[in-house]
Amino acid sequence: MERDPIYMDNQATTPVDPRVIEAMVPFLGEIYGNAASRNHAFGWAAEEAVDRGRSQIADLVGARPKEIIFTSGATESDNLAIKGVAEFYADRGNHIITAVTEHKAVLDTCQALERANIAEVTYLPVDQYGRVDVDDVKKAIRDETILISLMYANNEIGTLHPIREIGKLTKERGILFHCDATQGVGKIPVNVDEDSIDLMSMSAHKMYGPKGCGALYVRSRGPRVRLRAQMHGGGHERGMRSGTLNVAGIVGFGKACELCGQELEAEAGRLIALRQKLYNGLTENLEDVYLNGHPTERIPGNLNLSFSYVEGESFLMGLNREIALSSGSACTSATLEPSYVLKALGVGEELAHTSIRFGLGRFNTEEDVDYVVKRVSEVVIRLREMSPLYEMAKAGIDLKSVQWKT
Amino acid sequence: MAYTERVIEHYERPRNVGSFGSEEAHVGTGVVGAPECGDVMKLQLKINPQTEVIEDAKFKTFGCGSAIASSSYVTELVKGKTVAEAGEIKNTQIVEELALPPVKIHCSVLAEDAIKAAVADWRGQGTTKKDAA
Repeated sequence: MERDPIYMDNQATTPVDPRVIEAMVPFLGEIYGNAASRNHAFGWAAEEAVDRGRSQIADLVGARPKEIIFTSGATESDNLAIKGVAEFYADRGNHIITAVTEHKAVLDTCQALERANIAEVTYLPVDQYGRVDVDDVKKAIRDETILISLMYANNEIGTLHPIREIGKLTKERGILFHCDATQGVGKIPVNVDEDSIDLMSMSAHKMYGPKGCGALYVRSRGPRVRLRAQMHGGGHERGMRSGTLNVAGIVGFGKACELCGQELEAEAGRLIALRQKLYNGLTENLEDVYLNGHPTERIPGNLNLSFSYVEGESFLMGLNREIALSSGSACTSATLEPSYVLKALGVGEELAHTSIRFGLGRFNTEEDVDYVVKRVSEVVIRLREMSPLYEMAKAGIDLKSVQWKT
Repeated sequence: MAYTERVIEHYERPRNVGSFGSEEAHVGTGVVGAPECGDVMKLQLKINPQTEVIEDAKFKTFGCGSAIASSSYVTELVKGKTVAEAGEIKNTQIVEELALPPVKIHCSVLAEDAIKAAVADWRGQGTTKKDAA
């Protein structure tokens, strides 16, 4: 019996909610004006739609609409925030603090600034769950520190940083706080004032909106944050990001935020229950399964597990026609390196190669979870029968003591 | 990444998975790779001591689909060959057969190494026995 494939990779991207599509459709067709056209009704209609979207996004995170700067996605938002601050505040200092488990959009941007001699960057370590220690942040602060950039929730392991405490610290010390909240916004309560966030990256496609549309929240007062624009042109978005606005995308992003806001609490509870069911099912069926990330301080939809003795790519290959998941295994990455996030947690490389990320989302059901438990268990059992490591471990050999021939 | 049909076929129906019992004689075992690298292959060859013909082969592999397919294919390839002939097998033959993409060539190299390691293990046993006799 063929069933539809199950999509359980919702930290990679999410399907667009049909209600979001419905809201967007008119703006792909009859309402085509340029939101920057101030002198005719076509432009006004587009502008009105953009304003509504801006308000919907601002409402979800406790911001003021004018503090929302539209971008092409979170990668651009991260670039704009970090480069924009480093360049604008260069006379005040040149030191940035971030963490080793940040998204590449943050890490590579920081490295680019280092190479250009624009900034010095401290990359903080994380604990075994992937959290930074607030004391480590405190100790890393120098007189020249102008920006701290930390993510709300990690995209691989779902771990939440102690954002509110860090926000409090940065506020006290007069340092700007950028938060890549791509995985957090819409999933857990995020409030830029309560969390003392000065700049925040967001992306529509991680919250059931369209791809190619994101935003950077830029605090307008207490303090008023300034940026050096990275995209020059017509001076859109208060001069911070030029380029004609993606009206349909913004309408979809706004609608997606509205829906996430309305459903957040119920949906978080539902996803946590599904996650628990998935974890219980898999650990009942299989031995030597390890949780990566924090047991409770994580986004509701993320479960990251290592299945010892089974390499991640071969695991996914056994399921990829039926179930969409992702792995921290080297063989699934372009670089042939296992996940740098899992490495930073001190998970041995061997466990990183066996890690699987289950990304639960709005359209996953209990039946999906039952099916995933069943099929994953079958595949793991089959591959363990084929695994020399499993055979050795069963024979009582300590794999760490073996001299491997590479 | 899309897999070639040959890789999928070996992954779904791997040939000669398993291990020879520890009591079986004339078995050479090669274990290559490391868990940290994401690939470990164990290849066992049962070799006729008179003719030096590989009469049976078994494998177990921890690794990606291409690593599993490479080792599965190698067990088919070596059966019936003499040890000397098996020693001539080059990884490029595995690459061609399975149409491995460039990023997966190391899987075929590992499979070639596994043959060499298994043969070396078998030869080592021979010497020990001769010395003992």
